[in-house]
Amino acid sequence: MTAGKPAPAPSAALFREQERRLGRTWETPKGWRYWSSVNNAQVGLWYTATSLAFFLFAGLLGLLIRAQLAVPDSTLLTAKFYNQVFTLHGTVMMFLFAVPILEAVAILIMPSMYAARDLPFPRLSSFGFWSFLIGGVFVCGSIFFNAAPDSGWFMYPPLATDTKQSGIGADIWLLGLSFIEIASIAAAVELIVGVLKCRPPGMRINMMPLYGWYVLIVGGMILFAFPPLIAGDILFEMERMADWPFFDAKRGGDPLLWQHLFWIFGHPEVYIIFLPSIALLAMIVPTFAQRPIIGYSWIVLAAVGTGFLSFGLWVHHMFATGLPAVSLGFFSAASEAVAIPTSVQIFVFIATVLAGRLIFSTPMLFATGALAIFVFGGLTGVMVALAPFDWQAHDTYFIVAHLHYVLIGGTVFPLIAGLYYFYPLVMRRVLSDRLGRIAFWLMFIGFNVAFLPMHFTGLRGMPRRVFTYPEGFGWEWLNLVSSIGAFVLAAGIAVIVYDVLWPRRAERRIKQNPWNAGTLEWLTTDAPWAVRTVPHVASRYPLWDDPDLARHVNEARYYLPDAAEEKRETLITTPLDGEPVQCLRLPGNSFVPMVAAIFIGASFVGTAFHFYWTSLAFGVVGVGVILYWLWTGTAIIPEKEQKDVGLGLKLPVYVSGSDSVGWWAMLITMLGDMSAFFSLVFGYFFFWTVHENFPPAGMDGPGVFWPSVAGAAGLAAWALMLAARRLNAMGSAMGLRAAIAVSVVLAALGAAALLYAPWVTELNPTLHSYPAIVWVLVLWTALHIALGMLMQLYCLARSFAGLLTTRYDIDIHNVVLYWHFAAITVAVTVAVIAFFPLAMRG
Amino acid sequence: MVFAFRRQADLWLLLTSPTVWALHFLACYILAAIHCAKAGESAELGAVRLWVIAFTVAALVVVAVTGANAFRHWGFGANDPPHDAPTAADRRRFIGYATLLVSALSFVAIVFTALPVLFVTDCR
Repeated sequence: MTAGKPAPAPSAALFREQERRLGRTWETPKGWRYWSSVNNAQVGLWYTATSLAFFLFAGLLGLLIRAQLAVPDSTLLTAKFYNQVFTLHGTVMMFLFAVPILEAVAILIMPSMYAARDLPFPRLSSFGFWSFLIGGVFVCGSIFFNAAPDSGWFMYPPLATDTKQSGIGADIWLLGLSFIEIASIAAAVELIVGVLKCRPPGMRINMMPLYGWYVLIVGGMILFAFPPLIAGDILFEMERMADWPFFDAKRGGDPLLWQHLFWIFGHPEVYIIFLPSIALLAMIVPTFAQRPIIGYSWIVLAAVGTGFLSFGLWVHHMFATGLPAVSLGFFSAASEAVAIPTSVQIFVFIATVLAGRLIFSTPMLFATGALAIFVFGGLTGVMVALAPFDWQAHDTYFIVAHLHYVLIGGTVFPLIAGLYYFYPLVMRRVLSDRLGRIAFWLMFIGFNVAFLPMHFTGLRGMPRRVFTYPEGFGWEWLNLVSSIGAFVLAAGIAVIVYDVLWPRRAERRIKQNPWNAGTLEWLTTDAPWAVRTVPHVASRYPLWDDPDLARHVNEARYYLPDAAEEKRETLITTPLDGEPVQCLRLPGNSFVPMVAAIFIGASFVGTAFHFYWTSLAFGVVGVGVILYWLWTGTAIIPEKEQKDVGLGLKLPVYVSGSDSVGWWAMLITMLGDMSAFFSLVFGYFFFWTVHENFPPAGMDGPGVFWPSVAGAAGLAAWALMLAARRLNAMGSAMGLRAAIAVSVVLAALGAAALLYAPWVTELNPTLHSYPAIVWVLVLWTALHIALGMLMQLYCLARSFAGLLTTRYDIDIHNVVLYWHFAAITVAVTVAVIAFFPLAMRG
Repeated sequence: MVFAFRRQADLWLLLTSPTVWALHFLACYILAAIHCAKAGESAELGAVRLWVIAFTVAALVVVAVTGANAFRHWGFGANDPPHDAPTAADRRRFIGYATLLVSALSFVAIVFTALPVLFVTDCR
């Protein structure tokens, strides 16, 4: 049989039998057990709905802001409450809506675009969702107790580090959001591996839906953008709770370090939000132009280019901090350069529309509105990227207008276009076209009425974040117009909410591909298994190019027509050429990820309220739950080596090392971990640059001896892990166990020596930023060694339980991979804290 | 190794030029930031400007080589896009073409980054 040609259809009896087995395997649980589902269809839906709920909540806060500012000298809100309202508005919109919804939508629809049954780590998605829900409710709920963060969404010290000026709200912000950031990194791992390895057979990288390209790039960006903020949060929280003076200028700290760490996250984040939304347009525009996208490679250029350049922009948020002009110049240059790839994708969309036969549907209407608003915001962006202009506009309503133009044009409108476009895919009915058009015009007009005048309010000097203003500056009518516009915009959103929540009785059930789109997601059916079979793909728009494809897929003539063993399965293919290489067994529904998220979440919440011991206990239980989850749900030894996936293709069920998805997940997680670590190292060198003497005179720690012992022991522990893997490969279980056992002891010794070094040299972290940053590096490294030891003990236990053998060796490969990074952490920490001061003294 | 022509057109090739942009950007920024922090606000940029120019030339050479490499994978322009056929050859042409575009953007962005040292002479 030629590869990829559909097989003969199974007999009617076999077809029904296959569907019964698939149904039992992929069944969505009923009743309260529904919430144990880990399938992307349910988790993605909950995730999307939750982030939309947060969007509406933050929108209401926005209306409060506009109500307060409608007239001068307003007394509707107090200054203190207003501070909470605008802080939470920004925080929720950015952290609980814009970023999570991209993960949510990707989890929901990306497997369908690949005709995959699910993403490679369904339970990780579930864990991410529950973490997000817990953290989000915690952060949002604080405002009902008058305890919300109130220092602005970027939490600048020294205001936000002052525990008298900013109360518990700042801790809630730091800990609640750190928890959610971890969920984001989990989603990034899931999505990157999903894009690269879960495509259908035959889908080479030049045929991937553009959405996949964007998600891949954004996943990579999350790995390098979020960890600096986690590092910043750690420093921040240590200052607030333990008085370690990272940002306190009196004791050698520097508030600008926070600004750097925040905006190294904060600027790429804007593009992390924007790219997946524009990715929706890249799916919508070709469908309604009824032709393939013009300039597929140019979109790839745009995604890759924006992904990189967006990391060179962070200082443009700090133009007014007094940095040397040459530094501002570098960032100004990058800020102008990023306009190139950003505009390329807009031209691509316009060209596609011009070359096709445009169908002006509701999604397309929102897409067009999105581009109009975004281009306007982009142009003011080019203005504020110029430092001299920025000095005038900095912290005024001009910036507020600019950021709402890019975010609402770049994210909210495309997402609503996506909502109308993908609603039939997920909910099996179409939203009202008439209401959609009413909503669009209300939103489009309301938005411009609200935000266009803000440019002028800003140019007339109105600063952002003031809770009220006196008469006589010429701001009154501009503000009133903005407030009226905001309520019109809200009315438009209310129309959409109405349409979603109160479906008409005579709702239209839809057929499989209502828009006549060309990509695979429109093969999805009502059935719990989503696609009947996984097709072999031979073009970018398979449903257009092969009119029989949908029928062949539905007739069970492609891959994975059956679930003979009643185990959940999906195909793993190679990243470049989409050659099938594994039949991956996926874990089934479980409450374990939810329970793990509850305990880990409780430990974060408890820490915010200073219940340290309780938090520690919750954290330990949470880690225990995760270990149980790993033990029972991962690296399961299959009942057979190979599986016939259809079309005469036999694929292995268990693969390890760099062939396995788990190995890639570990690699990607550790890249994120490394960027957090190097952000802390950056903190050390930042202090070194701003001080004349660093380490300061009179602080002689942590010395060279104990850090060297720690370095030697840590690296020896790593070397022994390499030996353990090798011995295991050679068939020696005893060798594996012995090498791990010695490695555990050495690792413990290394961690102890590392902690002992600043202890014995009496470095007091509350005195100065130097001892504080040394202690943070030491604690970070010791924690990583401790995690490494936990993994070593896990491998030992798996070996004794017969679950880790020469043939079935996923665990040891992944743990050794972790230890590569742990070794880098140890080596860099020792080099920085012990040898760098030595080199500086010459 | 970037300078050896890579036989395989893959994602690493695609990421090479923007990575060079990132390294160049960081090198220029860090060098200037450390110099100005240590030498004070009124100090001249002096050698920093020459270093930035040297970094720029080196970065542009690497990006140009990557671009040339990509041009070869693309097939020297003998085939027009969209490169969407289900063949290894078209996959190679696609990555080559995309890499060429990304290299061009990186080239321009690197030149952009270097421009400030032509106009700014001190640490104010």
